[in-house]
Amino acid sequence: MENNSWTRIIKPKSNPFELNLREIWEYRDLLYILVRRDIVSSYKQTLLGPLWFFVQPILTTIVFTIIFSNIAKINTENVNPTLFYLAGITFWNYYADCLQKTSGTFLANAGIFGKVYFPRIIVPLATILGNLYKFFVQFILLCIAIGVLAIMGKASVNIQWLHALVLLPHVILMIGLLGMASGNIISSLTVKYRDFSFLVAFGTQLLMYCTPVIYPLSYAQNSFFGAFVNINPITPLIEAFRYSMLGSGTFTPLTLLYSSAFCILTFTLSVFLFNRVEKNFVDII
Amino acid sequence: MQEKSISVENVSKVYRLGSVGSKSFTDDFKSFVGKVTGQGSKDKNIEENDRTSIGQSEYVYALKDINFEVNTGEVLGVIGKNGAGKSTLLKILSKITAPSTGEIKIKGRMASLLEVGTGFHPELSGRENIFLNGAILGMRRHEIKAKFDEIVEFSGVSRYVDTPVKRYSSGMYVRLAFAVAAHLEPEILIIDEVLAVGDTEFQKKCLGKMKDVSGHGRTVLFVSHNMAAIKQLCHRAIFLKNGGLLKEGDAKSVVDYYLKDGREISISKSWDNLNDAPGNENIRLKKISVSPAESETDIISIETGIKFEIEYVNYVEGKTTDFTMFLFNQDEIMMFESGIILSQNNDSVKGHYKISTIIPAYYLNSGEYHINIVFGESQRYFLYLHNDILSFEIEENGANKGSNLKRSPGILRPNFDWKYNLVDYV
Repeated sequence: MENNSWTRIIKPKSNPFELNLREIWEYRDLLYILVRRDIVSSYKQTLLGPLWFFVQPILTTIVFTIIFSNIAKINTENVNPTLFYLAGITFWNYYADCLQKTSGTFLANAGIFGKVYFPRIIVPLATILGNLYKFFVQFILLCIAIGVLAIMGKASVNIQWLHALVLLPHVILMIGLLGMASGNIISSLTVKYRDFSFLVAFGTQLLMYCTPVIYPLSYAQNSFFGAFVNINPITPLIEAFRYSMLGSGTFTPLTLLYSSAFCILTFTLSVFLFNRVEKNFVDII
Repeated sequence: MQEKSISVENVSKVYRLGSVGSKSFTDDFKSFVGKVTGQGSKDKNIEENDRTSIGQSEYVYALKDINFEVNTGEVLGVIGKNGAGKSTLLKILSKITAPSTGEIKIKGRMASLLEVGTGFHPELSGRENIFLNGAILGMRRHEIKAKFDEIVEFSGVSRYVDTPVKRYSSGMYVRLAFAVAAHLEPEILIIDEVLAVGDTEFQKKCLGKMKDVSGHGRTVLFVSHNMAAIKQLCHRAIFLKNGGLLKEGDAKSVVDYYLKDGREISISKSWDNLNDAPGNENIRLKKISVSPAESETDIISIETGIKFEIEYVNYVEGKTTDFTMFLFNQDEIMMFESGIILSQNNDSVKGHYKISTIIPAYYLNSGEYHINIVFGESQRYFLYLHNDILSFEIEENGANKGSNLKRSPGILRPNFDWKYNLVDYV
């Protein structure tokens, strides 16, 4: 019998870099339903419901404004501090949520993965997309805040339209890829060694302080840990995001290129790891 | 030539025993270094999956060199004892875990039901979960939509379809889950026996659906311990034992082979070297066995009775000693404890001894049993204790084996002398 009539061939090992796009496409409905499930189920049985999407960034922004702007008096480069922190938090939270949620993929879904097959990568993909939805909701909050503060006369609208149209989609794609990549790498490692799951929570917190979330890059460059902030691939992305929305941020095409290359490389590595782990992880988890 | 739906070639699966920790990390690191430096790690010593003995190696074969093919439209039964490798085979076929060696080729859309309700989310309503579960099992959204009403009706929970499933009773939950699974229309269906748990009505529904599916020319792989169902539903069957494929053929002959010849006839363990034997400074075992009490047959069944023997060396001198045997059934219910006083008034003597007894026929029901033994001092202290030292199976008696394979209920299987008289005409 000719080989080509078989529709599925199961072998011990497959090409590690292969991302079976056709198979993912066949399961696109599952992807859609999982994204919906994540969004819908997260605020079930709560009074405020989807309003929680707004509460967290608003409260964090208020706290940050009081502590870092009013008490610590960190300069925010002529930008209204509220908008500065809101933009930073919106962007950073997208990365941190992607990382923290995808880092538990294998452990949290061991039950399902052990009973039924579908392309495993669907699960972290759904997480990224669900978080993207949340990001857009919070992005709209940022736009509203810009408008409201402009009307109140406390800040001027400084959106760089050209950058916003061209650069923003790229920057958002990159930070999503990086979030999923770091999450996948950690979830692949935790399958065998749980140590890495302890790292995630305080690791993301430490990383936040090395990223210009609560201070502008120009402020950190003069300090002793400026080198850390400069090699952090998230730095150019968040600066470009802030520049597009608020008209202030420090980045060059070269730093952007560096961070994009870093994101794509990490993503490729994470797919490689994920593929290696997904074939046999049921036996060791 | 008959068209094939599944072809399994030389498939093996190796499992590593023991826990994952810093030791496995150093092992991983060593084999990685070995790979990089080109020396390769030492050949692993892999053993067969025989659970009655304790092996030396850390690696065992859960499956070894399995070859078989399934024709399109055929219902293939997979039988074997617990631990024979059936579930591993299903997991490999369903792509849940990869084989260690070999290759499997599959033609057509496949769905496996190793569990019902996989991926149900407690916070979501029945309606949302139907879509979620269907999509996880590989259905497209429009297919689920088209069958939605049918699924709800089949499940009989239409009134609660917008209630979160966490408020469902367990019965409703299972019915809804099964309804989704039953409306899958794959070309190949893999069903594990776990589906057949639940009440009789549920089992009937499940088996009825299976007949339906196979009636429509689809290929089915069916794993079960229910030999009557295998004989009734399957065209062919394969029999797995200790990870190997022992017999393949038409369902009836494989089932008969499994029931009659495929099992150990009497279980015994013996140790030639006293240093390797189980025991301690008080007691060393030499031999332990169970066998049918009547020698003309080889199989322990309800009507044979069971002869239990143990040989051991006693090192305890000048004590009051005793021996007790505990028998448990497969549900871990203790059937009885029974024993003998070996020495009284502190007069035990060193030596090689033999203890035996007979459990009478028509006493215990059919099923799997295991034995714990205890040597004691003054009926208060342990000299030596060994749990699960032997396990054995009591078969149904031959007379009932034909059409009715069902086990009689109850833990005892007495053969009472019943009397029946006409007292008076009315």
